[in-house]
Amino acid sequence: MATLTPTVDAATPAHHAPSGVWSWLTTTDHKRIGLLYGVSALLFFLVGGVEALLIRLQLAAPDGTVLSADAYNQMFTMHATTMVFLVIMPAAAAFTNYFLPILIGARDVAFPRLNALSYWIYIFGGLFLTISFFVGGAPDGGWFGYAPLSTQVPELVRMDYWALGVQILGLASLLSAVNFITTVFTMRAPGMTMMRMPVFAWMALVVAFLLLFSLPIIAVGLFEVFFDRNLGTLFFDAAAGGRPILWQHLFWLFGHPEVYILILPAMGIVSEVLPVFSRKPLFGRSFVIFSGIAIGFMGFGVWAHHMFVAGLGPVAEATFALTTMFIAVPTGVKIFNWIGTVWGGSVRLKTPMLFSLGFIAMFVIGGLSGVTHSIVPSDTQQHDTYYIVAHFHYVLFGGAVFGLFGGIYYWWPKITGKLLHEGLGKLHFWLMIIGFNLTFAPMHILGLRGMPRRTYRYPDGLGFEFWNFIATVGSFTIAVSILVFLVNAWRTRKRGEVAGNDPWDGRTLEWTTTSPPPEHNFDVVPVVHSEDDFWHRKYSEDEHGNAVPVPGGYEPPKAGQDDPPIHLPSPSYYPILSAFGMFLTVLGLVYVPWGLFLAGAGVVTIVWGLFGWSMEPVTREGH
Amino acid sequence: MVVATDQTEHAGHPDPTNVGKVAMWAFLGSECLFFGTLISTFLLYHNTTLDGPTAQEIFDVPFTSVSSFVLLMSSLTMVLAHYAAGRRDWRRMRVWLLATAGLGLVFLSGQAYEFTNFVHEGLTVTTSPFGSAFFVLTGFHGGHVAIGVLMLLATTFMSFSGRLHEGQGMNVELVGLYWHFVDIVWIVIFTVVYLLQV
Amino acid sequence: MIGHSRVRLGDARRHRVVILLVVVALAAIASACSGNDPTNLARVVDGANPQSALDPKGPTAETIDNLFWVVFWIAAAVFFLVQGVLLIAIFRFRQRKGKERAVRQVHGNMRLELVWTIIPVVVLAVIAVPTLSTLFDIRSAPDPSENALEVEVVGHQWWWEFRYPAYGFTTANELHIPVDRPIYLTMTSADVIHSFWVPPLNGKRDVVPGRTSNLTLQADDPGVYVGQCAEFCGLAHADMRIRVFAETPDDFEQWAQDQQQPAVIPETGSAAAGWETFNTICVACHTVDGTPAQVNLAPNLTHLASRTSFAGATIDNTPENLRAWLHDPSALKPMRPDLNMPSQGRIMGMPNFNLTPQQLDDLVALLETFK
Repeated sequence: MATLTPTVDAATPAHHAPSGVWSWLTTTDHKRIGLLYGVSALLFFLVGGVEALLIRLQLAAPDGTVLSADAYNQMFTMHATTMVFLVIMPAAAAFTNYFLPILIGARDVAFPRLNALSYWIYIFGGLFLTISFFVGGAPDGGWFGYAPLSTQVPELVRMDYWALGVQILGLASLLSAVNFITTVFTMRAPGMTMMRMPVFAWMALVVAFLLLFSLPIIAVGLFEVFFDRNLGTLFFDAAAGGRPILWQHLFWLFGHPEVYILILPAMGIVSEVLPVFSRKPLFGRSFVIFSGIAIGFMGFGVWAHHMFVAGLGPVAEATFALTTMFIAVPTGVKIFNWIGTVWGGSVRLKTPMLFSLGFIAMFVIGGLSGVTHSIVPSDTQQHDTYYIVAHFHYVLFGGAVFGLFGGIYYWWPKITGKLLHEGLGKLHFWLMIIGFNLTFAPMHILGLRGMPRRTYRYPDGLGFEFWNFIATVGSFTIAVSILVFLVNAWRTRKRGEVAGNDPWDGRTLEWTTTSPPPEHNFDVVPVVHSEDDFWHRKYSEDEHGNAVPVPGGYEPPKAGQDDPPIHLPSPSYYPILSAFGMFLTVLGLVYVPWGLFLAGAGVVTIVWGLFGWSMEPVTREGH
Repeated sequence: MVVATDQTEHAGHPDPTNVGKVAMWAFLGSECLFFGTLISTFLLYHNTTLDGPTAQEIFDVPFTSVSSFVLLMSSLTMVLAHYAAGRRDWRRMRVWLLATAGLGLVFLSGQAYEFTNFVHEGLTVTTSPFGSAFFVLTGFHGGHVAIGVLMLLATTFMSFSGRLHEGQGMNVELVGLYWHFVDIVWIVIFTVVYLLQV
Repeated sequence: MIGHSRVRLGDARRHRVVILLVVVALAAIASACSGNDPTNLARVVDGANPQSALDPKGPTAETIDNLFWVVFWIAAAVFFLVQGVLLIAIFRFRQRKGKERAVRQVHGNMRLELVWTIIPVVVLAVIAVPTLSTLFDIRSAPDPSENALEVEVVGHQWWWEFRYPAYGFTTANELHIPVDRPIYLTMTSADVIHSFWVPPLNGKRDVVPGRTSNLTLQADDPGVYVGQCAEFCGLAHADMRIRVFAETPDDFEQWAQDQQQPAVIPETGSAAAGWETFNTICVACHTVDGTPAQVNLAPNLTHLASRTSFAGATIDNTPENLRAWLHDPSALKPMRPDLNMPSQGRIMGMPNFNLTPQQLDDLVALLETFK
């Protein structure tokens, strides 16, 4: 493939990267941790996808018998829980882990072992939730676990798995948030001012703050649910004066910022991909950044739009209607700036670009349906129907998932050194966007025609049959597109085209390193002079403002005698040990009282892990 | 837990030794929301006492005032420990760290005594939403104090083995930030839960 | 010659493949259809989409519908504009094969930023005005001069209880209302959060244990309007339906007076034997006015035979269906009676009492007398 890049591909000598399973279990290298997150997220994506296909099979016809009501309720609960907590958040974490340090010119994150801990807690949390399927049933109270339904049957352990599982997954994200905030504030390369940071890095920072302030709220709520179920507390016991609506406030005070946590990383990816494949800077870059920050702030002020039919009273409802409407403004600013980036560019329609453009198109639809929800009287008809299901799948699938796939195709060559096959990539994209729209566009109609959510079956005679059948066909089309992607990924291992450092003629720092980058990221920490620093070293502007290549191109500096030695974080088994301790603890807590022994063993393991961690040395000499 | 970078003196690039402090402040920001949510739950339920005791009936504000004072004094000893660390007077630092831990333990004993009395007088987590909210709020706070005591003892222990001097391990300043935060949370709890109810 | 026959073979093969696919699809649908069989609502209501919010049958639903379309068309205009510009940008500036173009490195345009920030604010402000006024309008309780009929609603897992305080009777799942008169619902839940929703008449409203909520229904014309619970409430959430029968004022009065009559315990025949069984087993949960059966954990059965459906308005009320239900309730509707704890107020379904065929016949005969 032709590129304009004048970079010389540096032939990195075979570097003695640690190998073997143990090296992966003890890694503290942000790139390896990012890879672990990515592969795990992909596996859970398949699990969540199968859950979705089962749901669609059940709903393909009236009075379906593919799933019992009980199985169905577990399926939709776990589909959502899986996709939110085990797929999209970890996929974003994968990219943030791998690329945030490189994008800001750092060698790793601020706390590499804490970084590993976050990953292992996530995996053990996913394992914990999966176990529930095999011991009497997975959680079945919805991913949102409304009280008092979630506290109604303490004898069954399903919702204990849910409360504790979501709790530790939240802890993993919280620790990551602290890590990334600290990294951005203290470890940027010289000259990398905040405003010169790539937009993806900015979005990661905003997401970290959203996590920091929203997770504690749901942590309290989950404790209250767990205590109601197991200690006899009365937080949500209406007969005793408890207030079920309290749960909804606590959940959505987290839950709404959560949806921005889910979308902003993908928006960050799109903000990176569009300029590269339009060969122009991001239009209105600072506006895109400030809109992201504004969305973060305003995201804390709209939560009760999930509660428009709960009986808040017209004054509260009016207030939240207004705040919800106005959060569309910064969102629109981003969309218009993205279009402005493409406009006037030289647009290369490679797969990463297709997914990013698809993101914009699909997100516009989801955003507009979101505005219709903010119209409270309309929402009294739309709420809890398939119209809402359509909305959030347009923004979360058409938005976040498309954006993340764009990131996969964009950064795959950097991570693996090989390019994914372009033809298969395009096939994946087109099958996916067609299947996606076939699945979810009809749901707008189904919702307005009166089909509620979370219903294991619907009767004949309501007019739901045709569009449900189409939606099922669409869902299997999506499944085929994912198979295409998996074939592409597998094929690239042996037959992928070698990528080189800079296959896309990129703008940001990761494209200055080898593909994959060395363990220490940069031979010499770059000194940054502008945003899109790498691009500006490759290109200058003529008198019309057009980009012209710099004669002789750009070669990144090589390490010399006088450069200080590179310190790399040592591997450690304490993070996985501590995470395993947490796993034992929550597993024991599900089965109180006799489970307290197991929980006790878990606590001891955690203490051992943390103690060893604080005692061991931090870094080792690199080369 | 700091990874050294090669150049550290350019504009816009903070000193890496602030890494721990940025992390601790971020974490404490999160804790503000955690305790804020617990306090909000309490405020919602402070009058939902069913047949059980009310705040006026059961609280012994003079007693709790004394234990609050003890915790407040522990912040003073914490400051003194930090000051001693700044002057590299490790022996004094350890004395004040242990004093802080000791006062923390006195506070916790006071809590334990108070809670035992409440249970005997008919207020448990299961008595009423008021009881649930009260014990969960103060219980989590007590848990945070206990973790703080452990960190103080760990810091003292590491100082004995010489680790503190190399800049590794638990930084006294970070422990101090955490300890003061836990103290401030108690001041809010004491005001909102004990003083404003009676 | 070969080409010709090849084309014919191809046609035939394609033809066969299509037939095969259609057969497979139909078989799939048919097999999916052959499961348990609740009422086909086409027998109960008219129209292809009887639960549609877009086909309002009452004043409030109509107000909401009108507002929806206003906002929808504005959103549609934005949709076409934005997607259009995006598509134009992609096609116009697409890089043709081999033709690299010099690209002006534009960083932004302040005026554009202002324009595309201010215009959305204005559009949203315009939408906000009718939104807020409609919101306050539909949230207000009926004026006393409108002579609203008050009905109390209690949501249960998984059925609806309706009480008419003005008349003093209680019924379940089927709500009768006079046309052209506001029906003011005061609602609560006996267990978890449910949501009362009959789309042709109004938006939905949650029913929450421990507090009351209100909703006003009003139908323009006589007819049957259907809805269902719209807040996930557990196992049989999908089987917690509602039927609203809107009637002329005279018909409604007649119905109400019939409902006020207590039941008469039959003294002879199969029905009398049925009462013996009822008085032993069913009185633990069901109320029949005028008899010693006064426990209110399950639907009031006083006038069961006057209802068109039962089991959360999901099953046609016929003797055959009643018998099948009494024989094995959980086979017809997913429930967890094993989790029933009446003392805690937790009722999650009707148990299977292992009734004998004779008992079943007698009970059905009895229930048929509860007109």
